[in-house]
Amino acid sequence: MLFYIVKRLGLALLVALTVSFLAYMLVFLSGDPALALAGEGARQADIEMVRKAYGLDRPIPVQYADWLGKLLSGNLGMSVYFKTEVAPLVADKLGTTLWLGLAALGVALVISVPLGVLAAIYKNSWIDRLCLGVAVLGQALPNFFFALLLMMLFSITWRLLPVSGSGTWQHFVMPALALGYYAAPAFMRLIRAGMIEVLSADYIRTARAKGLPPATVVFKHALRNAIVPVVALAAVQLGFLLGGSVVIETIFALDGLGYLAYQSITYKDYPVMQIIVLLLSVIYVLLTLAADIANAWLDPRIRVA
Amino acid sequence: MSAQLPAAVVLPELEAVPAAPAAWRQLLRNKALAVGGGMLLLLIVLAILAPVVAPYDPYVQDLANRTVPPVWYEQGAWLHPLGTDQLGRDYLSRLIYGARISLLIGLSVALISGLIGTTMGMLAGYFGGRTDMAVSFLVTTRLSMPVILVALATVALVGGSLWVVILVLGLLKWDRFAVVMRSATQQVRALEYVAAAQAAGASTARIVLTEVLPNVLPHLIVIATLEAASAILLEASLSFLGLGVQPPLPSWGLMISEAKAYMFFSFWLIAIPGTALALLIFAINLAGDGLHQVFMPHERS
Amino acid sequence: MAGETVLEVQGLHVDIPVASGVLHPVRDVSFQVRRGETLCLVGESGCGKSMTSLALMDLLPRAAVRRATTLRFLGEDLAQASRSRINALRGDRMAMIFQEPMTALNPAYTIGEQLIEHYRHHRGASPADARSRAVALLEKVGIASAAKRLGQYPHQLSGGLRQRVMIAMALMCGPELLIADEPSTALDVTIQAQILRLLADLQQELGIAMVLITHDLGVVARIADRVAVMYAGEVVEEGPATEIFATPQHPYTVGLLSCIPVPGHTPPGGKLGTIPGVVPSLVGDLQGCSFRDRCAHAQPGCSRTIPLRESQAGQQWRCVLSPEAEAAW
Repeated sequence: MLFYIVKRLGLALLVALTVSFLAYMLVFLSGDPALALAGEGARQADIEMVRKAYGLDRPIPVQYADWLGKLLSGNLGMSVYFKTEVAPLVADKLGTTLWLGLAALGVALVISVPLGVLAAIYKNSWIDRLCLGVAVLGQALPNFFFALLLMMLFSITWRLLPVSGSGTWQHFVMPALALGYYAAPAFMRLIRAGMIEVLSADYIRTARAKGLPPATVVFKHALRNAIVPVVALAAVQLGFLLGGSVVIETIFALDGLGYLAYQSITYKDYPVMQIIVLLLSVIYVLLTLAADIANAWLDPRIRVA
Repeated sequence: MSAQLPAAVVLPELEAVPAAPAAWRQLLRNKALAVGGGMLLLLIVLAILAPVVAPYDPYVQDLANRTVPPVWYEQGAWLHPLGTDQLGRDYLSRLIYGARISLLIGLSVALISGLIGTTMGMLAGYFGGRTDMAVSFLVTTRLSMPVILVALATVALVGGSLWVVILVLGLLKWDRFAVVMRSATQQVRALEYVAAAQAAGASTARIVLTEVLPNVLPHLIVIATLEAASAILLEASLSFLGLGVQPPLPSWGLMISEAKAYMFFSFWLIAIPGTALALLIFAINLAGDGLHQVFMPHERS
Repeated sequence: MAGETVLEVQGLHVDIPVASGVLHPVRDVSFQVRRGETLCLVGESGCGKSMTSLALMDLLPRAAVRRATTLRFLGEDLAQASRSRINALRGDRMAMIFQEPMTALNPAYTIGEQLIEHYRHHRGASPADARSRAVALLEKVGIASAAKRLGQYPHQLSGGLRQRVMIAMALMCGPELLIADEPSTALDVTIQAQILRLLADLQQELGIAMVLITHDLGVVARIADRVAVMYAGEVVEEGPATEIFATPQHPYTVGLLSCIPVPGHTPPGGKLGTIPGVVPSLVGDLQGCSFRDRCAHAQPGCSRTIPLRESQAGQQWRCVLSPEAEAAW
């Protein structure tokens, strides 16, 4: 299994490198970054000065290598808009987004596990169809619309939660719900399919023959085997959730990486933009790596060879 | 020998595609497809006939009649069945014209990304070896990048418009096509009639187009519907954040964004386009599920 | 050797609705098992013997319907018992082992965990007590380094070892009835004999009643006290093993015995017989003898109710032929 990990690490590294290059190249989409940095109405001489100051007159591979080098030695650049170093800026917000992502994942699992298990046990009955129906409806609701609905209900009508901002755990409730519900259907289908297959296995019949309580049979014996692909999916979904946090954080003005990304994009703050794209991508790469390893580890047949 | 995609890319288990005649007959009997397809067809017809069906011009402002509520409220009237927005524009008309935008987005993005992804996937699946490794690497790299973020950044830098959004999304959302088409092609390739065609000396291009493509078509159609729905949602999100379609176009996401400030007093301003979006996505997903059931009855989703 | 009646079955029926009607895999099955006695349910594939065993343990598929005139375990009515009562009995007083040891154990948990979980559930034993009992039983079923085995996973054991573990698992709570569904079929021939020997020894020592399901007459010859021959969902002949082998009465039993070489009963150098035809469909209304399409002695009376015949030695069978007519051939 060690060889497997090493191989996957190598691939992950390669992907991270490629993404870093793409993230860097993002800047050049608008044409001439020096123009944007210099601002509107700048004279040609000013633009040239800006170009030299930011090293934008060098060939692109050199620029990239320089940027990458600085990155690896801890220098993440300087924010154009916030006028501070990028590293502390990003580090400050990263925690919030990670918590949001985990909370959203929790929401998704809390919804999907019971529904998936129920749908599998009562396969093809009205319960099953109801669960699947909920799943399809859930995926049809746009998350920003759902976020606004939550806001109307919990903040305005019932005054239970703060409308926006960050600071307390209550600020995370609606964002977590708005971000997490969308991932639930995918989990539900996976759990349902896995449970259906596992429930017809011989060892489930053995567990029943031993007179174990039905709950033990379902959760200890069946779910334990059905959950393996779910763990891998959870790691991957966390990556997607982190990426999708942009919209939700912006709506709720939750001070995380997504909101920072939105601000940096709006203010054309390239250095911050590049770092955030790179950071989220690297996190995703690490999460998929973790998913692969978890997959192998959860199966005793692989773990204890 | 094929490259390993990380477990993150969950591949559906594929079965051989059923014979063509039986499948087409079943298309009409499947409930999900009937309901979803029906709703979708209705929306498409409404969208195409927008100039005929919509009571007003969606861009004409009537500042004397701002935020008039829909007909089911007390102050509403049949003059504007769905009310007017904050600039006095008729909401029903904007809704119908907005359907055009959503459907156009869905179709174009599915087409562009479908073309890119299917080509990559089929090449990887058919030739295997290094081609496969290269494609798998590209897919893994693309999957690592957060789509919304990259799309937002791109639109912000290049400038927002309908066509920019279509292009950006089309160039980003090919990954699922590539993955599924690769699997499907690998499966079909292993079947006998491909070997027979090869033995008969047919050129690769011919084999791919005449033998492989017709048999991976069902998978392609199912994925295309799901990706179209996803693209519509993405455009709505982008427009909602102000980095998608630009005003005064009646994109449903943009309508919700513009109405955000008024939602406390004029809830319908966000409820109506939001519900429309949900219904459209629901219809497409339902139809896609139905197609999946008809074409691939023994597969898990 | 035989003691009180542990299991009494009268008129057991299992019906399963299928697309083309109602399937009757088990029809009017009756038998008894006493303490210290082994009853073998024998028959070819599809005769309903496995279904019968699942019906006893209430492990039938959800769509199946079970009904019985009598279904008593140690005097207690199983047919009327509640879900929780059945669950309390299963694994504790009545245990079952299955055919495929490779898939009957959960791959995600250790042998030890699967051995002790139901013992702790039924008896409320402490983990330490449960573990020591597990070790004792593993040694009893002939597994060396038992303590070490507790921490191993099923995939680390061979088929024969797994089946021994299954047997130990079944015996953990000291059941009065053991149902073994083809316990040796999926194993190597050399291991088969060992497992059967083990079961016979354990039964002798612990005095449990055993129902052993098999299609192999050789197994029956080795281990059975009583035999119930099943065909197409019915018990066609039943009685002491020695009698059945010496003087089979039902034409199917006769045919079966002539088909298969039975160690100690078939003379070497003789020809093996065959039974022409196939098993009839078990869907829909069924009347009369289900063997009549394949029987050399079929008569018009075979399509009506078949009389139950009995011999002095305790043998029972269903046939229109009287013993005298049978003895004629």
